[in-house]
Amino acid sequence: MTDTVSSDPKYHGGLEAGLQSRSFIARHPSVLIFMACLALFTISVTILAEGFGIGVISTSFVKTLGKTLCLCMVALAMDLVWGYCGILSLGHMAFFGIGGYAIGMWLMYARTEIIVVQSLAAAPLPPTAGEISQGIATQIFGVVGASEFPPIWAFAHSLPLQLAAIVIVPGLLALVFGWLAFRSRVTGVYLSILTQAMTLALALYLFQNDSGLRGNNGLSGLQNLPGLGDVPQSTVSIWFLWASALGLGLAYLLCAWIVSGKFGSVIRAIRDDEARVRFLGYSVEAYKLTIFTLTAVIAAVAGALYYPQAGIINPAEIAPIASIYLAVWVAIGGRGRLYGAVIGAAFVSLVSTWFTGGQAPDINLGFYTISWVDWWTVLLGFSFVAVTLFAPKGIGGLLDMIPSPNRHGADLGPDAGSLRESEANK
Amino acid sequence: MQRFLAFLICLGLAFPASAQNADAPIQQVMQTHADLLAKASRKTIQVAIDALIDSGLPAAQAVLERWQNKEMWLDEETGLFVFAEEIDRDTIRIFDVGDGTDLGEVPDDRFKQLKPNSGVRGLIAAGLVKFQLIDPDATVRFTALEAISRDPDETHLPALRDVMEGETDPALSDQMTRLERLLTIEFGADDNEKIDAISYFAGDLGVDARAALNPLVATRIEVGEAVPVGPEVIRVVTPGDEALPKTEAYDLLVRADLAPPLIPANEVREALIRNIDGDTVAGVQVASLDTDSARNAAFATLVEQGLAEPAATTEEIDTALGAYQFYEVFIGAPPGVAIAAQAVLSDIETSVALNQTADLALDAISLASIYFLAAIGLAITFGVMGVINMAHGEFIMMGAYTGYVVQLFVPDHTLSILLAIPLAFMVTFAAGVAMERLVIRWLYHRPLETLLATFGVSIALQQLAKNIFGTQARPLTAPGWLDGSMVINDIVSISYIRIAIFILALIFLAIFLIVMNRTRLGLEVRAVTQNPRMAASMGINPDRINMLTFGFGSGIAGIAGVAIGLYAKVTSEMGSDYIVQSFMTVVVGGVGNIWGTLLGAAMVGTMQKGIEWLNPSNTLAAQTYMILFIILFIQFRPRGIIALKGRAAEA
Repeated sequence: MTDTVSSDPKYHGGLEAGLQSRSFIARHPSVLIFMACLALFTISVTILAEGFGIGVISTSFVKTLGKTLCLCMVALAMDLVWGYCGILSLGHMAFFGIGGYAIGMWLMYARTEIIVVQSLAAAPLPPTAGEISQGIATQIFGVVGASEFPPIWAFAHSLPLQLAAIVIVPGLLALVFGWLAFRSRVTGVYLSILTQAMTLALALYLFQNDSGLRGNNGLSGLQNLPGLGDVPQSTVSIWFLWASALGLGLAYLLCAWIVSGKFGSVIRAIRDDEARVRFLGYSVEAYKLTIFTLTAVIAAVAGALYYPQAGIINPAEIAPIASIYLAVWVAIGGRGRLYGAVIGAAFVSLVSTWFTGGQAPDINLGFYTISWVDWWTVLLGFSFVAVTLFAPKGIGGLLDMIPSPNRHGADLGPDAGSLRESEANK
Repeated sequence: MQRFLAFLICLGLAFPASAQNADAPIQQVMQTHADLLAKASRKTIQVAIDALIDSGLPAAQAVLERWQNKEMWLDEETGLFVFAEEIDRDTIRIFDVGDGTDLGEVPDDRFKQLKPNSGVRGLIAAGLVKFQLIDPDATVRFTALEAISRDPDETHLPALRDVMEGETDPALSDQMTRLERLLTIEFGADDNEKIDAISYFAGDLGVDARAALNPLVATRIEVGEAVPVGPEVIRVVTPGDEALPKTEAYDLLVRADLAPPLIPANEVREALIRNIDGDTVAGVQVASLDTDSARNAAFATLVEQGLAEPAATTEEIDTALGAYQFYEVFIGAPPGVAIAAQAVLSDIETSVALNQTADLALDAISLASIYFLAAIGLAITFGVMGVINMAHGEFIMMGAYTGYVVQLFVPDHTLSILLAIPLAFMVTFAAGVAMERLVIRWLYHRPLETLLATFGVSIALQQLAKNIFGTQARPLTAPGWLDGSMVINDIVSISYIRIAIFILALIFLAIFLIVMNRTRLGLEVRAVTQNPRMAASMGINPDRINMLTFGFGSGIAGIAGVAIGLYAKVTSEMGSDYIVQSFMTVVVGGVGNIWGTLLGAAMVGTMQKGIEWLNPSNTLAAQTYMILFIILFIQFRPRGIIALKGRAAEA
């Protein structure tokens, strides 16, 4: 029966014509709303900040906001791979970190090069390329007792090559790891543990001094853009805010486009019943691998935008706990809907900053003073349990309570149904 | 002699005030050699020292010690020896040499202090050692041997040889023989004696043996017009070999004054800087010298102008090297001795390697039992029930902190550990039951969300522990009888704590097997895991069973925490150190089978130790490679070493 209906040209054509008659934006008003909010946010921060505006918001807070946008971006990637495709990856913060390392290598190289060239300019003979490279290596690797460039720094002198590395390295890693994992049908919790192990292995590897990435020290001084030493940080922070907002906007569009099409339907079907999709003849592994690799690349780009604002990257940022927090954000925000991930990442990371930054007022119980710096993580952990138990749709689920005149059909969300938004809105 | 004694007696009568006992046997022995003692010289004094020792008198040791410390004086009028302490410049307090009786303070006019020189003092010390070596108390003899082996001296060798025969304690006798052989290697009279001593150490694992042998086989590369003929030449070396890079070979030539020194690497640069004239060097603009080729060209011009020394070219170096012969010689010992030492050393190395392998195997077993301990609770909750518990590591931590708290109240370590084990079980059992009731029960059909919720619990518990106990590591002290280690020989040893952990792991394995296979609870657990509805219809309450099973698994994690806390520090993060490895152990071994977990732990432990052995400086790298290996391993056996088949696999 199903076969006849779906192969009926009239039915098929009618559906396609119906979809094509309305534009992508019109079919997905949430994308437009999101873009508008993002634009509004960016413009108001620009006006309120020190760089170009009236200076109500401090530069460090602009950086925090810019970093939050990057975290929203990696949360989007996490939502796509977990909320839509059902792969609970505990490795996306590792890809985020790899992106940061890739851009950090160029930033550190180029900035050190300027310093070294300046200091060698005082010497009686003009320096050769070899001497400059030697000087840079000594500067960068002095802390780990080395004075030569390890092979992985071969492209660090070139911005285009390192920019390419931001995409290629995590993409390849995700491709190889995903191929290995998916072809042997590792699914569910096993896959989560395997990705966590991968992240741990990477973090442990980077912790070594001879990893070639300065071990425990990580890369630092990334907030100083080479050649732009005269530009104040207040201006640079606004540039990065714009770049992060642009990145987030583009990533949102990409994700919305992916999940709205046939591809999106297939990956949601994989989430809900992988075996059935396989029996229907789809190459489940190829779909999963595509999503896994794509989201790894999005995460890496987010990382490359994040770390110049953070200024420092070290292996502790890659440790598995970071990826777990990423899952926490997405779950609290509401997985299975893109804006949910963004809301979750923004809300939880900003609230965390507020609580752990010591700004939250302590609660005096008389016999004990609750200091939020210490107790916030406890609260976060238990509220995460509560969200998982009682509100699997997260904060985003609150929006479902707003009555929508043209919405009927089953719930949207991670497990309750796999209906597409367009189908529900019919 | 008799005349001498008569004279002494007269003297004694003449000075009744200083009632020195001239008849004391020790005084008589000393009087026999009075001249030697009074004018002690390294060459002649040995006779007197031997006489003192051979007299077998108990006072002889005191005499030697005081003499060595320059506390023996000679009464020049009576010719008798006394012990004396200086009171001030002119007064001394004297004591009888025989029994140490205080003879009162006297002016030092007629006394002469005996001041043995350092050579004599060395002989006295050796004599004293011999005294200790024949001491009736075995511990004194043992201490003396220890002292000799710490700081051996040529004079010890004859002393040792003298007393060796008379030693009755077999252990001490072995030690003495060994020490005598070691000293012979160092101080032996001739090569044959040394070679004989060297051969004694074939296969010996002692570090001291290797320390004595290694200097003997030291070699050096030398250079000359021709290779000399002689047994000390080991081999001819060609420059450019691994043993002798060309630069080192050339350095040898320079040191032997056979070739002019090389111009240092930065000479080009230095010469150019020296010859900068305005903004040109040798007619070249300074600013254009930013490549090596431009610099070399400018340097060549300088050389032509005679302003710089030309650097030796590669061909010149090769010619110089070709004109001479390089060869390796033994420098540590005569060739015969060195060759013998080398043979024995290579023999020792073989047995050292064998023993190191054994030690590594012990280490691996001990690490495996730690992983097994950490993973066995998971084997129950994850393996049997299929529930992912990411807070498992935090249960381990709770157990360890329970042990720490118990030690705060019960200072006796043995008792506190015995109390801590059941208490840790109870605490974590309760925590496990609470978590099962409150969280996991609602998520049985949503494994990914179980994983997330337990993550939340894990984050919260970790921070709670930090808030309560602080961030610094807390000690969980093992009872005294677990201190130290079982030393099998100089290389193979294992600490008692690790043995205890190994035994504990075996006990846990037994408990698990008994509970699962021999008790009602185990039967019901298996029934509920395989088919909860069928089990329920048979009158089993699945809720209760799940709760108890989860509590049981968590409780075992708590006990494991006490054991792990004994050998590692107790911190709030100790759980997260084990969680990934524990899951790996269970997954690699094969979910749902305790023997699989055992095999998994053995494999993970052995792997990690093996990789650490290949790259000893870097335990981080070992963990990295181990995890990568496990990821690859799962490619080939996705269901672990022991895979469940058939219906059990679907459950």
